[in-house]
Amino acid sequence: MSRSVTNIVVAGLGGQGVLKASDIAAEAAFLSGHDVKKSELHGMSQRGGSVTSDVRFGAEVLSPMVPAGEADFLVVLDADQVQINLPLLRPGGRLIDPARLEGVRLASRKSLNVALLGVLSASLDIPETAWRKAIATHLPEKLHAANFAAFEAGRAAARGDGGSQ
Amino acid sequence: MTPQRQLLSGDEAVALAAFDAGVRLGAGYPGTPSTEILEYFAHLGGRARWSPNEKVALEVGIGAAFARARALVTMKHVGLNVAADPLFTAAYTGVSGALVIVSADDPGMASSQNEQDNRRFAAAAGVPMLEPADSQDAYDFTLLAIEVSERWGIPVLLRMTTRVCHSKTVVRPRAALPAPPEPDFVRDIRGRVMIPSNARPAHRRLRAKLAGIARWNEAEGPRRVAGEGRQLRIVASGVAFAHAREAAPEAAVFQPGMTYPLPVEAIRGFFDGAARRVVIEEGDPVLAEALRAEGIAVEAKPEMYRFGELDVARIRRILAGGAAPEPAPAPVTPPRLCPGCPHRAVFEALRDLDCIVSGDIGCYSLGVLPPFEAMDTLVCMGAALGVGLGMRATLPAEQARRVVSVIGDSTFVHSGITGLVEMVYNPPSTGHLVLILDNGTTAMTGMQEHPGTGRTLDHRPTGKVSFEDLARALGISDVLVVDPTVNPAGFRELVRERLDAGRLSVIVARRNCLLAAGKIKEYERCDEP
Repeated sequence: MSRSVTNIVVAGLGGQGVLKASDIAAEAAFLSGHDVKKSELHGMSQRGGSVTSDVRFGAEVLSPMVPAGEADFLVVLDADQVQINLPLLRPGGRLIDPARLEGVRLASRKSLNVALLGVLSASLDIPETAWRKAIATHLPEKLHAANFAAFEAGRAAARGDGGSQ
Repeated sequence: MTPQRQLLSGDEAVALAAFDAGVRLGAGYPGTPSTEILEYFAHLGGRARWSPNEKVALEVGIGAAFARARALVTMKHVGLNVAADPLFTAAYTGVSGALVIVSADDPGMASSQNEQDNRRFAAAAGVPMLEPADSQDAYDFTLLAIEVSERWGIPVLLRMTTRVCHSKTVVRPRAALPAPPEPDFVRDIRGRVMIPSNARPAHRRLRAKLAGIARWNEAEGPRRVAGEGRQLRIVASGVAFAHAREAAPEAAVFQPGMTYPLPVEAIRGFFDGAARRVVIEEGDPVLAEALRAEGIAVEAKPEMYRFGELDVARIRRILAGGAAPEPAPAPVTPPRLCPGCPHRAVFEALRDLDCIVSGDIGCYSLGVLPPFEAMDTLVCMGAALGVGLGMRATLPAEQARRVVSVIGDSTFVHSGITGLVEMVYNPPSTGHLVLILDNGTTAMTGMQEHPGTGRTLDHRPTGKVSFEDLARALGISDVLVVDPTVNPAGFRELVRERLDAGRLSVIVARRNCLLAAGKIKEYERCDEP
């Protein structure tokens, strides 16, 4: 695949918000005018099993699945799921796991997925307005404030990592 | 018509196209990965219903299409086995409106008991089949299926796969189809009453229709060609088209949108002068066999790729000619019954009693995994009853008395009822016990309603089927309704007693699914006058 396509894999356990996170990421890329494909298998995995979801965007995306070893970003919601998913990441690809949020206070554990998207967003060329609109589209209104805050916290933490603080 | 660009799953795209085309009625039975089609169709404002099973859903669709309406019927691949009886003869009768049947196959068995390739059904029944590669195709091919169905008066199969159903890709809706005439009954006894004297000419008519569709498909049927003229040429259907383009950017790739009848001459022309001709398809070698039968020499994938989904890496290996063993998939955390799931109490009891458990399909299939390991058979929807009765009828008495049939509420409605009739009609000499695990929803597929909940697809009150009344009406005297979680030890003793009572018993183990309980309360509040 040409490097003009960005490959993201979101991983975790059923019930942690993996699919919600990939929906939001795909929507944000879509709203920014990219070709987007998002793919996962859902069904039985809802019952606490391992879940991964692929998001790919760029000028033209062909297969909806990120080939193993070609993910640019691996977002993992559960620390125990990091090891089994690491082979998905390309050499030099970036792991975004809960450890990236050390020291960040989240109002609710439930918005961990969106906080990690905040971390991811700092590395992607997608405007913040698209992220906010995508979050608003995919979450009920009463959760907007908490998730905007989680997103901002993650984004700020990521920028802190870059040494610009 | 919704003109703007949208990001939709394949399921949503089918629903949107059906809505844009003015489909009058959608019917189906929930089944991963097809479930979301009717839900989204209803969400858009379409008229959709869950039927008790796929056979009934298809019959409803046939009736609507006899009435000149546009009808959509959805199911997973194994659902088409259940609906095969009406399918094969609806091919003969044809339709006056449009009848589009979605078969959502599950190569790799993400959430199914087998990975049968339903492209075989198209040839067996003699109905045209369209195979979308992505959501845009799913939208376009749904509209095209309606057009083909109306033009030739024939049911059309739209064959999706899990990857196409559940992937989201960009869709640009196109201009709506011309509106069909209003539904109306026009008598056509010879065309629709399939007694042998009418069915014989109907079969000939079907073959003539298929010949006409084949000519149209050769000349102007749906197809995409990427990278025309290159030396390596690939024919790929469904999502394999997208994978193959990525795996082999140096190749020309041809996607036949309609794979039955296959546009053989168009493919022969595409392959003409190629250095290498390869067919890439998931599942059975359906296209490769069809092309070889027409004298086109093609490379098919090695046998090992019959199993599971294809992806870019696997296609690269196929093209490299590799039959070497594939890397083992990464270990994953398996699914399990939710903490607090009411099924847990049931499977603890069955495990502790060392029952021989004839199981069935639903969340409770997870009773087979540790820490329960309390399921001995699982074949298809409703098989818990028949298989349990067959074992009771033949095992030595001391083993027969340990046999119990376990089936969920939605599965019981789907195809357990006839098993209950079998039990009454051919009772085993040791008696039998049926456990209906009623958690108030079709939990496995994402909390859909069914006739036992007394609510419609969009959660409004309707007629309700009572399992206990039904069992009693069949003449089963020992019918109990219990909540197994209230007193698990008492429940275990009840099962122990009933297993060995020498009578026919039905226990409805009733407690709402933990994940659905809140929603169910909400619906019930709304139902109150």
